[in-house]
Parts: sequence; C-alpha cells; structure tokens
Amino acid sequence: MSGIDRLSKTSDFKVVGTRPIRPDGIEKVTGRARFGADAVAPGMLIGLVLRSPHPHARIVSIDTAEAEALQGVKAIVTASDFGEVSQLHHDTLRNVMARDKVLYEGHALAAVAAIDKAVAKQALKLIKVDYEVLPHVTDVEKAIEPDAPLVNENLFTDGIDPKPDKPSNIAARSQFGHGDVEEGFAKADLIIEKSFKTEAAHQGYIEPHACLASFNSDGSAELWGCTQGHYLVRDTCAELLGIDVSRLRVTASEIGGGFGGKTVVYLEPVALALSRKAGHPVKMTMSRADVFKATGPTASSSMRVKIGITKEGRITAADAELYYQTGAYAGIFSQLGAMCAFACYGLENVRSVGYEVLANRPMQAAYRAPGAPIIAFAVESIVDELARAIDMDPLDFRLKNAAKKGDRASYGPVYPEIGLVQALQAAKEHPHYSAPAAANSGRGVAAGFWFNFGGLTCISLNVNIDGTVTVSSGRPDIGGSRASMCQIAAEELGVPYDNVRAIIADTSSLGFNDTTDGSRTTFANGIAIIEAARSAIADMCARAAKIWSIPEDAVVWENGAARPSGANAGDFEPMTIADLAGSAHKTGGPIAGHHEVNAEGAGVSFSVHIADVDVDQETGRVSVSRYTVVQDAGKAIHPDYVEGQYQGGAAQGIGWAINEGYFYGEDGKLQNPGFLDYRMPVASDLPMIDAKIIEIPNKGHPYGVRGVGETAIVPPLATIGNAVRSATGVRVPEVPMAPPVVLQAIEGAKESG
Amino acid sequence: MTSVHVTTTINGDPAEFLCRPEETLLDVLRDRLGLTGTKEGCGSGDCGACSVMVDGRVVCSCLVLGAEAEGREIGTIEGMAEGDELHPLQQKFLEHAALQCGICTPGFLIAARALLEKNPDPTETEVRYWLAGNLCRCTGYDKIIRAVLDTAAEMRAS
Repeated sequence: MSGIDRLSKTSDFKVVGTRPIRPDGIEKVTGRARFGADAVAPGMLIGLVLRSPHPHARIVSIDTAEAEALQGVKAIVTASDFGEVSQLHHDTLRNVMARDKVLYEGHALAAVAAIDKAVAKQALKLIKVDYEVLPHVTDVEKAIEPDAPLVNENLFTDGIDPKPDKPSNIAARSQFGHGDVEEGFAKADLIIEKSFKTEAAHQGYIEPHACLASFNSDGSAELWGCTQGHYLVRDTCAELLGIDVSRLRVTASEIGGGFGGKTVVYLEPVALALSRKAGHPVKMTMSRADVFKATGPTASSSMRVKIGITKEGRITAADAELYYQTGAYAGIFSQLGAMCAFACYGLENVRSVGYEVLANRPMQAAYRAPGAPIIAFAVESIVDELARAIDMDPLDFRLKNAAKKGDRASYGPVYPEIGLVQALQAAKEHPHYSAPAAANSGRGVAAGFWFNFGGLTCISLNVNIDGTVTVSSGRPDIGGSRASMCQIAAEELGVPYDNVRAIIADTSSLGFNDTTDGSRTTFANGIAIIEAARSAIADMCARAAKIWSIPEDAVVWENGAARPSGANAGDFEPMTIADLAGSAHKTGGPIAGHHEVNAEGAGVSFSVHIADVDVDQETGRVSVSRYTVVQDAGKAIHPDYVEGQYQGGAAQGIGWAINEGYFYGEDGKLQNPGFLDYRMPVASDLPMIDAKIIEIPNKGHPYGVRGVGETAIVPPLATIGNAVRSATGVRVPEVPMAPPVVLQAIEGAKESG
Repeated sequence: MTSVHVTTTINGDPAEFLCRPEETLLDVLRDRLGLTGTKEGCGSGDCGACSVMVDGRVVCSCLVLGAEAEGREIGTIEGMAEGDELHPLQQKFLEHAALQCGICTPGFLIAARALLEKNPDPTETEVRYWLAGNLCRCTGYDKIIRAVLDTAAEMRAS
C-alpha cells in the first residue's frame, strides 16, 4: 500500500466515463478478427501432443522410431529435446514435456509435427511408451495424509522451521495476521467454527490454446498465439529453447478469453521445438478435452474457519486454515487465499495459515482473483451464520466490522482510502435489497476483496502527420481495453475519441510489459499513456513557443491545441495537434511520447453481491432469480466494460457455486473433460445481472482508477451459499452446490431435525 | 486417401472444394476455404462457437461433415453484413458492448439472426433459451440479451 499520490483529475471528464464503441469491435462482429487458431504460414505443419493416460507413472522408455518412419511425419520431440533451465522455469519445463514421471492424466510427454492432422494423429498412435504405473492421489485431504503417494519424492515443506525431515505433498506453509487470536476468542460471546470444501473450477475460456511457431535456420523465431502475456511467453520460451530473447518475436493474436488460464505456456515451446527440428512452421491447437485435462484449473480446497463475536456483533478474533490442492507442482494460491481471507474486516486479532498441496492433477493456473473466491466462500458463510445467530442484518453486520482507511489489513499493510463501507451502503440502498424476496426463494449477500496489481509497463504514443494518434500497448486486450486506452489518450490530449487508435504491439516493437492479469491493464497502461501524452504535449507546447518566439511557459495545452497564455505571451491563433503534426518536419521531427514505469499504487477493491435463489426441494437444483453486484471501480473509464467485468465475474462465480467442478474417478482420471459435463452457465441459467459502479478514487492513479477485472468473482460462492441457506434453512459447506449435494444437505437436515 | 468433391453455396456464392470423408464442415470452412470467422470451441457441439446456417437452420458446423454441404446453402459470419452495412444485430452488439473477448460473437450473431427471422418479437426468456446452445464466458449474457432484444425492437419499428 504505497503512499503514491498521482491523482490529478477527478471531475470534468470529456471522454473518460463515456461509452464509445470499441475500436476493435467491427472486426469481431464480422469474423475478421484473427484469434490464436486463425493464422497460417507457408509450408505449415500441424503439431499434436501425446499425453499420459495415467495419473501417475514413471516413464521407463519412449520409442518414437515407428512414428518417425511414417510418411508425412517431419519431427518428433520429447523431453530430451529441451535442455535444463533455471529454477524459475523448472516446473514449467517439466509441465510442458514430462521427464522421468508423468504426474497427471493428460501430462504431455511427446509431440509430433506432420503434414496434416490425420498423419499427426496416426503418428501419435505409433509412439510406444513403457510406463511403470504408480499410486496416485487427487483429493486434497487424502494428499496430506502421512501415507499418501508422493507426487514429488524430493519435496520438503517450505515455510516450516525446522525444515521437516520427511518429504510430503505439502509444498509450502504461509501465515498472515496480527494480534492474539486466543485472547480474542476468550473475549467472544459467540464463536462459530466450521469446515468447508471446494472443487476445482476451470477458467473455461471458449478459445482453446493455439499457436503458430516459425523457427528459422539462423536461430531466430517468430511465434503467434493467444496469450494474456506475450512478453512472458517470449522470455519463457527463449529460456526453454536456449535462444536469445532478442531472437524470438512473439505476436499476441486476439484472445478468446483467458481469466488467468493463459498466463503460462503449454504448446508454445513445443511448437517452437517442433518447428526448429522440422525446419517448417508448426501450428498447434488444443482439443477441449486437453484444455480440461492439462491446463490449469483452480485449486480444490479443504478449509477450516473460526470467528468469534461479541453479542453486539463485533468480531473479536478470526482464524482460518487453508489447504489448497495446486496440482502436480507447487503454487502460491493458498498464500494468496490466506492474505485475502479476512481482508474485508478491520480486526484486532486475526490469523490465516495456508498450505500448498500437491496432487496428481494438472498444474494450477491463476483464475480471476486466484485463491480469493475459495476462502471467501468459507469466511463469508460463517459471517452470515454469525449475523443470523444474533439476528442482525447481514449488511449491517459487515458495516459494523468493515475495514476502513487506517485499519491494518490482515495481510499486513494499512489501508488508504478504500470503498468497502460505501459498497455495503450502496448494496443496502439498492432496490434489490429492499424488494421482498419471492415466496420460497432465499436471499444471500457476501463481500469480497482483491488486491489489484500494477507492474512493468511500457507505452508508446505517436502523433501522426494528420494529428491523429496511435497508442502502442504491450498487453493483450481481452475485454475491450483498447477502448479505454483510446479514451485515456483522448482525454489527456483533448482530442476526439475517434482520432485515437490503440494497437497491441509485438514483443520486438515495444519494451517489456507484465501480463494482462491482476486487473492491471487499465490502471498501469493508463498511467503510462497519461505520462506519454503529457510528454508529447510538453514537446508540442515547446514547438509552438518556438514558432511564436515566446517562452515555453507562456504556452498552455487546451482542447487539443497549444495556446498562448499569460500577460506577455502575445496574441496568436491556437495551433492544433494537426497543425503541429503537419509542420513537425520543420520543428524537430516526429512527435511522440513514451513512458516506462513499474506502476505501483494499484488500489484494492471490494465487491458486495446480493442474490435471490430458488431451490427445488425435490431435486436440489438451485436457480438464481435475481443478482446484483456493487463494486468500487475508483473511476470507470468505459462504464459498459466495467459493468461487463462485474457481470462476467459474477456469472463465473455463480457457475462455480452451483455446477462447475472437476470430478475424478478412483482411477485418477477426470470424468468430465467437456462442456457437456463441465457445466458452465448458459443464457437460460441466469437472470440479468445488475451492475452498480461506485467510484472511490485511487490516489495511485491520475484519474483514480482501480482494477475492476477480478474482484467480482470473489463473493458469488458465498452469496449463493447464503441465499441457499435462506431458502432451505440448510448450510451447504461444499462447492459446487450441485443438485445431489444440496438434496443430501436438505435431507440430512430433515433426518437430524 | 480418396477425397470427396463438393459443390455448394456459401454466403450466396457458388463454392466447391475437395475434402476427406471424415472432415467436418467446420474444418473445411476454416482450413480449406479460409473462412476463419467460424470458431472452434469444443468440437463436440456444446459451445455453439461454430454455428453456421445450413439451408436456413442453425447448426454446429463441427457436427456436420464437409461432404454434407453438397447442394446446400451455407451461411457464415462472413456473409452477415451486406457490403459496408452491418446487420442490425452486429451494430447492436457493438453499441451494447455485448462482446468482451469476441470469440463466441460470430456464433451468437448467427444464432440470434435465426431467432429474429423466426420470431421478430421474442421475450427475454425466449431469447435466453434460443441462445442456450451458445456459450459465452465473458459477459454473463446480460448485454448480449439486451442487444438482441433491442435489435428486435428496432427491426420491428423499421
């Protein structure tokens, strides 16, 4: 929580806050936009991956001779085609191409490039792999048992002093908090403690991973594909392939959804290795089943949460223990979960402990506010039970305990200006909250927190000869960010929105940019665009001063033009951006601004949700009849796309709450690797989602922007759970709350009650 | 390996191609004819990203063989605008911000146009059920449904 104060404008916006049509829209409604799988190259081969049918096995041998001999096969790669890498990419290398062991069903262990897909498929069948099948574990609670099969025999829990003397599946322990929780619980009039479980959910982007690699015989290479971060892809692939970063140029295609799932590499280094070996471009696309089996879903979890309150409803202590199953390799997501656990509350005594647990499942990837929705399900469920126990309105309960400016967050820093209280109040005042819930339906509320991030950012802004402007960004646009980029540049330069276009530059055209994740793009790009525009404006004012032969400080920039200002400035006609651009060749050359920054000062955000649900008492089916999101945007640059983030996050959370989950058989294989059985919400499953934007400016951004992309997925699991509790009288401590689970809970309550 | 020779009509124009008997219409459109506006999301008919029209019906082109296009009228997203003029649905999708990433958009537009041709005055529920075969992971459907309802109202008024 830095003390950076960049805030320079909070009112009188002309372009920011309006809802113009996105610049890339026309290509997306006409089918012309080119996504990951839409590229071709001369002489292109098709690459396919051979994947493990076993959840855990030692690779005794791989025999590719027969496959290589098949007519039309141009290259086969295995782990032996990749050298060793630094610790940073150790797990990535092994996930991309298994060596020694396969760690989950779907783990890649060889790949083929052939003249077409049919030949490549045939070749995969001819690769002979000798496996020594090992015992496996996919359940988080079984994975932490002392006699559980070890995913990694050399894993000793990090973060425990002294270091354990035996290996286990627990990769790391992390702890956050302050005060004395035992003392706090001693002061409590009421304590509720409960355990919760959640299943893994997949990001569910509609576009499967796809890329096209072209490795030249001089050691240079180009890569095209769908990714949230093409600089990260470049740097990772360069190391995995053992080539200089400058020799690999990565172009980000349009991207058909990511939600965190396209922040790592899967096919990209394999396609490059195949292309290098075959001497031809290689295109690879993933099947939907492989997306489910081999790309990162979230953690599954087992959690215990305990909260104590006074009879007036003030929390005296809060304690949580989180076990997150992160797949075959160590993640950091229980740590993030532990940090977020109690971030909504101003607490004197708080502790959260997270454990990262390995299992024979795909390597976990980030999914929208990674780690936060899971623990929020547990914490916000208990908060709901506490409010019920003392007969207090659940929003009033949260208002009584809400974190405010000056409170120490449970994860460490002291909060600056934050918008949780305002979001809770706005939820309370929302027509949804005062409308009576329909007969037989139940209402639930919950709150959620996410950090939001900034990070390494590089922007180039060019003023063209006619005074129009091109902004080059290095972050793939997943949800309309080009529109926001254009709005910010237009606002700062005082020119019409339509005079600015934003593009996503390739990795060789612009310096490094952190990935489009962490809700950073509009925040961090925004800072850099504003600074780049201000630099261009300063240059244009200096040129006007020179033309007018007046001091530079006697020129101001207003409404897209340089104007003389002040007593001694003289009387000159304003020079517009087009005038200055048109004469640039006589005044010093092209006009441009650029800015490079490690953008700190991202503002945390809070989201408060209200849901009405109906529960079919005979089948246990939960349906959502009304849903409202209230969230702090700091400043909404393009309100349509901010609402879209709120609505999309809520819909994903609703899906996770009610239906989405990874189901493994006793054989350690995923039972539902397709959209039919991994049941994401469809249009007929959802109501309209009311999105209420509130704006509490973040001082770390010139216009007050906070990230908006992630926070909305944090509250829905608990919001739905609390609504189900209202509708049925039963607490379902498990996600997804699929019909059999809900039915069992209802019937269990009948039997015991 | 014997290929099949297929003569068909795509977006009103005559077309012919050779394909293998097992190739899907989706693969033919994308890989043989360069019509990549039709997207593959699942290959199993569950996501609707590959929706096209075959003789006036919305179908998942991943579930139709290329050879089945023989003698049919195929309609894809590339044929939806008339020259420079967007179909009202395309325009309303832009105005309502009914797309975020845009990968599902062609399929939604194809399916929504078929709905409005059949039912110019659908209720919200009818729109939701008609489009239940098209997955969108970004928007929560809210702005898509509004765009379709608004288009229907505007088309009825004109």
